[in-house]
Amino acid sequence: MGLNRRDFLKAAAGGGLALASNLSPAPVLARATVTRLPDALGILYDATLCIGCKACMAACKKFNNLPPDLCTPNSLWDDPVDLSAKTVNIVKLYKNGTGLAKDQEINGYSFVRRFCMHCVDPSCVSACPVSALTKDPKTGVVHYNKDNCIGCRYCQVACPYLIPKFQWDQAFPQIVKCQLCDHRIAQGSYSACCEFCPTGASIFGNVQDLRKEARRRLSLKPGTFAEYPLQRVDSHHKVSRQVTPYLNHVYGETEGGGAQVLMLANVPFNKLGLPQLPPTSQASHAETLYHTLYKGMIVPYVVLGGLFYIIYKNTTGHELP
Amino acid sequence: MTEFDRSASNRTVSKSALAAAQARSQHEWRPVGGNLITKPFLVLAALAIIGIILMLYRYAAGLGAVTNLSDGYPWGIWITYDVLVGTALGCGGYATAILVYAFNRWEYHPVVRSAVLTSVFGYSLAGLAIFLDIGRYWNGYKLFLPWTVNFNSVLVEVALCIAAYVVVLWIELLPTILEKYPENKKAALWLHRLERWLPVIAAVGILLPTMHQSSLGTLMIIAGYKLSPIWQTGLLPFFFLISAITMGFAVTVFESVLSSMAFKRPFETPMLGRISVGMAWLIVVYLVVRFADLLFRGAPVFTSGFQSVMFILETLLFLVPVLLLVSPGLRQDLRFLFLAAISMLLAGSLYRFNAFLIGYNPGANWSYFPSPGEIFITLGIIAIELMAYLYFVKRFPVLPTEHA
Ligand code: SF4
Ligand code: SF4
Ligand code: SF4
Repeated sequence: MGLNRRDFLKAAAGGGLALASNLSPAPVLARATVTRLPDALGILYDATLCIGCKACMAACKKFNNLPPDLCTPNSLWDDPVDLSAKTVNIVKLYKNGTGLAKDQEINGYSFVRRFCMHCVDPSCVSACPVSALTKDPKTGVVHYNKDNCIGCRYCQVACPYLIPKFQWDQAFPQIVKCQLCDHRIAQGSYSACCEFCPTGASIFGNVQDLRKEARRRLSLKPGTFAEYPLQRVDSHHKVSRQVTPYLNHVYGETEGGGAQVLMLANVPFNKLGLPQLPPTSQASHAETLYHTLYKGMIVPYVVLGGLFYIIYKNTTGHELP
Repeated sequence: MTEFDRSASNRTVSKSALAAAQARSQHEWRPVGGNLITKPFLVLAALAIIGIILMLYRYAAGLGAVTNLSDGYPWGIWITYDVLVGTALGCGGYATAILVYAFNRWEYHPVVRSAVLTSVFGYSLAGLAIFLDIGRYWNGYKLFLPWTVNFNSVLVEVALCIAAYVVVLWIELLPTILEKYPENKKAALWLHRLERWLPVIAAVGILLPTMHQSSLGTLMIIAGYKLSPIWQTGLLPFFFLISAITMGFAVTVFESVLSSMAFKRPFETPMLGRISVGMAWLIVVYLVVRFADLLFRGAPVFTSGFQSVMFILETLLFLVPVLLLVSPGLRQDLRFLFLAAISMLLAGSLYRFNAFLIGYNPGANWSYFPSPGEIFITLGIIAIELMAYLYFVKRFPVLPTEHA
């Protein structure tokens, strides 16, 4: 049995090389962040227009058949304190100091809507082992299919916005998340939250148009009057309103590889509870590493062959026949 | 019948090989014997029953009723302890197989069997824990359908690889079961066949844990900023793999010492000493890479509050076995070998808890500490594991024959 360590190391080197390539700044099989779909649909939320009426929350519950979420003792009506398996869209309040001035970071307040961002390169879709979460190839809507879901909750670990929620109180639970009302889109309609928003704070549309609209708003001069479309970005229904200042940042344009939901505000987004994310997606980081190790299963097969050769020699004392 | 009987000459060769194999195995391993129903066994049985009742309750009432899991902390100790730590503790079979089959160190062959046995139960029960943890278990088969599986998901690699390895481990355990029936012709025939397939089985049995133990680390990459930079790194798979192998060696030493004490058998000190030194060298490699990576990325090692404390504790636990095993004198002393093994097991376990729970922070509004239900189900699973181990060791040829 003249064996050996040397042979083993030789065979292991194949696997070692692949592993080592991860250490280098440019991995061999880098998977780039996915780019935007041309016909993607999304929502533009403008916190400076939002009055916190929660009409969008009520509409969301109604058109998605979600139950009331009673969160305070003796509560008489739906009063969710955060997103949950019963609430996939919520309007939250940021408040600082006296909390008097609207859309001011100091001594002011701001509303912020939270719901699925419909990421361009979604972590949840990359993570889900059984394709229960998928991104529509045309609209880009991230959809959940309970018939595939095994309830592993890896999507919850993966999502940078903590969007997928699990029915912890059910013996036969599901994941629940905003699906941009894709059942309504399929019938030629659009997201309920936007239909019922009275101020134009939430508007629905093609993401390219929404980006243009967001850029237009950032270029407006505060104090002047401007027109804001209601419900949909291409709507003829508009309201005229005095422009208030914006932070020069369209949240969701690049965050985590970009999202189909875009946000405008005048209070820094991290203060509103939105994470600061790099322009590359978490999915691309994970898949780059993973594909480097497992592309075509070549490395595993090479290692297996090497192992077999060595072990055959070691156990029988012969070379391969 | 089979190719086994195809020619007369072949048969004689096979028969003598078979006899030799049996003689060798009887020489190497023997059942411990003795009473199965002892006091410790009954305590374990009680824990197992409590665990099983709670498991039934979990299926009737949902995960929220027995666990403290939440949308912020979707994974708790069932994943971190039962699956991550459980399978790493089950790496004894893997680590000793690397030594024996890949590095041709047959002097360690006597410990392979008991190592494989702990691996079988460690992995099988991790599989059970996964089944408890997934909410829609009735859809579990979708993981095996090529048209539903998402091959970009790291979790797929982990799940399929662990499932395959459980099968391989049971095949590796088969000789132990078959040898209990030396009179049975069929058993002898299968024993012989297994022996012929050994190189394939051993090779697959080394490849699979290499794949999934590293992928368990890769799982957390997609958690991004939620995992503290002290643990979030592209090297997660490397650290998980190396620490799994060192835990495999540690558990082999730990188990050998404990079973020698429990069954009043002589200690295998010199052999355990050599295994421990190999382990210490691997830990050194691990620590060098770990610190180089932390320095390179400038991770906030000392300024992360409780996470920093746990990081320092984790590092100290890794250092203890290295410090204990550098001195040749201490290496001959069973007590220090045992201590080094325990410290390594704690280090690897804490590293896993840190990388999946303690270093994981989904936001200020969330917190997690395991519920009594989660803890008792985990204890129940451990109890089942230990009972199965005791049963096998006493009834089947698992532990090395005494040399005294
Ligand atoms: S926000 Fe979360 S749930 Fe929504 S698409 Fe992105 S990763 Fe998926
Ligand atoms: S919980 Fe369901 S949707 Fe989420 S990752 Fe697991 S299988 Fe996919
Ligand atoms: S309906 Fe419109 S204005 Fe009212 S809370 Fe929702 S986004 Fe704000």
